[in-house]
Amino acid sequence: MPALWLLCIVLAIAVIGFFLGRARAMASAQGDARHLHSLPGYYGYNTALTVLVPALGVMIAWLILQPMLIQNAVSDAIPGTAYADTGALNLIMSDVRRVADGLDLAIAQGAMTPDAATALSTETTNIRETLAQVGVALGSDVEPYVLSAAQDYRRLNGIGHLAMTVIVLALAIGGFAFAYLRTNKDFRARNVVEKGVLAMLIFAASIAIMTTIGIVLSLVFNTVEFFKLYPWTEFFFGLTWAPSFGGGSELGIIPLFWGTFYISIIALAVAVPVGLFAAIYLSEYATPAVRAFAKPMLEVLAGIPTIVYGLFALLTVGPALVTVFGPDATGWMGGSRAVITAGLVMGIMLIPFVSSLSDDIINSVPQAMRDGSLGLGATKSETIKQVVMPAALPGIVGAILLAASRAIGETMIVVLGAGAAARLSMNPFEAMTTVTAKIVSQLTGDADFASPEALVAFALGMTLFVITLGLNVFALWIVRKYREQYE
Amino acid sequence: MTDATSTPPGGGARTKSSLMTLDNRVRRRNAAEARFRAYGIAAVTVGLIFLALLLFAIVRNGVPAFTQTFMTIPVELKADKLDKNGNRDIEEIKKVSTFGYKPLIIDAMSRTLADNGIESPFAKDKDLEKMVSASASAQIRDFVIANPGRIGETVDFRVLASSRVDGYMKGRVAREDLARDKNLDAEHLDVTDALNEAGVLKREFNWAFILGADASESRPEQAGIGVSMLGSFFMMLVVLGLALPIGVAASIYLEEFAPKNRWTDLIEVNISNLAAVPSIVFGILGLAVFIQFAHLPQSAPLVGGLVLTLMTLPTIIISTRASLKAVPPSIRDAALGVGASKMQSVFHHVLPLAMPGILTGTIIGLAQALGETAPLLLIGMVGYIASNYPDGIASGFLDPNSAMPAQIYEWAKRADPAYYERAWGGIIILLLFLMTMNIIAIILRRRFERRW
Repeated sequence: MPALWLLCIVLAIAVIGFFLGRARAMASAQGDARHLHSLPGYYGYNTALTVLVPALGVMIAWLILQPMLIQNAVSDAIPGTAYADTGALNLIMSDVRRVADGLDLAIAQGAMTPDAATALSTETTNIRETLAQVGVALGSDVEPYVLSAAQDYRRLNGIGHLAMTVIVLALAIGGFAFAYLRTNKDFRARNVVEKGVLAMLIFAASIAIMTTIGIVLSLVFNTVEFFKLYPWTEFFFGLTWAPSFGGGSELGIIPLFWGTFYISIIALAVAVPVGLFAAIYLSEYATPAVRAFAKPMLEVLAGIPTIVYGLFALLTVGPALVTVFGPDATGWMGGSRAVITAGLVMGIMLIPFVSSLSDDIINSVPQAMRDGSLGLGATKSETIKQVVMPAALPGIVGAILLAASRAIGETMIVVLGAGAAARLSMNPFEAMTTVTAKIVSQLTGDADFASPEALVAFALGMTLFVITLGLNVFALWIVRKYREQYE
Repeated sequence: MTDATSTPPGGGARTKSSLMTLDNRVRRRNAAEARFRAYGIAAVTVGLIFLALLLFAIVRNGVPAFTQTFMTIPVELKADKLDKNGNRDIEEIKKVSTFGYKPLIIDAMSRTLADNGIESPFAKDKDLEKMVSASASAQIRDFVIANPGRIGETVDFRVLASSRVDGYMKGRVAREDLARDKNLDAEHLDVTDALNEAGVLKREFNWAFILGADASESRPEQAGIGVSMLGSFFMMLVVLGLALPIGVAASIYLEEFAPKNRWTDLIEVNISNLAAVPSIVFGILGLAVFIQFAHLPQSAPLVGGLVLTLMTLPTIIISTRASLKAVPPSIRDAALGVGASKMQSVFHHVLPLAMPGILTGTIIGLAQALGETAPLLLIGMVGYIASNYPDGIASGFLDPNSAMPAQIYEWAKRADPAYYERAWGGIIILLLFLMTMNIIAIILRRRFERRW
């Protein structure tokens, strides 16, 4: 792999640069480090960083940009008559890439000389057979324009790789020369290195911002694309969800919203009382030994991956509920996938979330308030109900809102436990589906990304993102406001 | 409290009361107290019972996946079937497909029955084939291709029993279930019982489940989680290699260098919000940016690792900042006092002291990333990989693969209940990894954490 080699060469230059830069600084100070402006190591770091940062930066950017640019250049060369829409173009492009990779593989295995590969033509050779011999299976015979595009692709790729190697090496060596020549005993190496390091720290801190921007942009662009194909009024106010990949889908979000909302309500109805009372007991009543055992045990529930809860819902809780409410008993429940199954299991998942957040908040209520109440003769439970809880209420509301945002965004439990049918119903024993479950099912099918049936997932994701973000901002604001009260 | 003045003021008729005797109101208040306490105990108990139920379900359903039923059958490698021309040419032997080995297995089965004095309940011996896994013929074929010299001999093979036979041995498949099952009949179970008594069938520990690759829908007995474990491993390498340095660098900047201004406020609000964004949204981001926009390969551990990096970054930043904050300012002041630069004081003194806390946070972030499923589904980390282990480091990052939680999800979706057992078994392995990581984190914290 040439990129890996290039990386090794650049790293080697940097290491050599470190020692040479340090040696040069020492030499200019006649071997006495006291005459240097900075510690000798800084001169070495300066050289190494000047080699590494620009060269690796260009290399990473190049590796990301080159496939995109080549993709565009090559897809322009494919005749417009060969495909009907962007989906078909994508299929052709993946054929082109496979042919090009296959030719490269054939050359690497010695089945073909490089010259023969460039001179190939669809009339003289059966390319499908030739490539099958080196282990590349093609779905159909190779069209002439696919072959010529593949040849273009290989040529541009070759040029790109060569140019990248040359430029990166030039930058590495240039950087080395620049830093090396600048090195002398009066050069302020420490200040330069520290400025460089600070710049890298700032860059790392901005990645969080870039992630958010990335999320927002990828959601917004595709959502706008979706609303070009599908009216937004029907999306937000439509009462039926019936995607069909043949076209003519009805994509109303309300049934999904209702499912999400219903499941979250059930989950909170389980998690909030259990979590809250557990937090009260553990922080106000429990002996240290009980607390030391029960608190980490409850928190184990929070460390279990959601796929485990999903399986628990699908294979244990669902069937257990069916034996109680199913056709053989009360007859309320048709199948093991239902709102109640998902809601119950999600509630279990949220217990530690509610309990540990509330625990923190109850603990931060000043002891003096409890002492005052107890001193007036109130019992412990009266103190909790009438003094501690009112004081902790805003924080607890914040914790519950955070749990609600968790419940709305939870995916695996509902994918496995809640069912796939979008329904508007009040019956908790029926299968319903949620926004997250539909994002998964719309994007994991074989639909092409340009169809409204796939793009709707981005609109769903956008809605989900906005709702959970709103809840989080509100909850964090409440929690922070409350903390300030007692600090 | 407010009813403390319940006796009318000025009234001479003071009821006689003593602290030693409980009046009704005190009794009521004490009852309320006891009730409230009981609610608390009940809540904690309910939580612990849920945990116990969950763990019980996992262990009870998952442990059988680690053993598998094998049977040892003597297969006669008939020369006239495998090498018609008799010249032992490896190319010609390879031309016999796995289908050509089926008759040999059927013969071997009927011979096994005869050897053990079991009467076959079937009119045709062909029906016995259903008891042996479909993987057996491939296993024998591989053996023949590796040892063409042994054609003509009779060789003992240890082959997998089919999943229904295995299920019957484990008690998962009951006789009543077979009425609706076309894969096996009640007669097969009679034969299974007889073979079990004769010692031909054995339930043994199944390394192939831990180390092997996934198998097709029809042969759950062969499926293993090993390849997806490699996929998860490569993803964790990416997460560790990116999230740790970026997270630490970002935290150092925000905690030590950042001026208090709008920009850093924005970054801070951003990070705390990113930590609460649903994981599936990160999957959408990965799909749109890495796959649609940058054309990185689908199903590659590299892409999965990048998505999980972005997801765990906020967790790591938050815990790193907490441990940087815990280093007392006197350390910084002392370093600055003897002439260190700000950067030197941070990198030479603060960072090493905060390192145990940072590592603990990183391990917990990694454990979270290891168990995450939803974003992986969107970027297609559910590749069906039946055999090929990555042949190099680079291909390990770029070749399609699956990940442990995604593999468990795939198994849970399959129709055959034998796969459910695999899914539970996979969960045991996943939880063992998570437990190990968390224990390491706890040990690190206990051993190196300093209270100032």
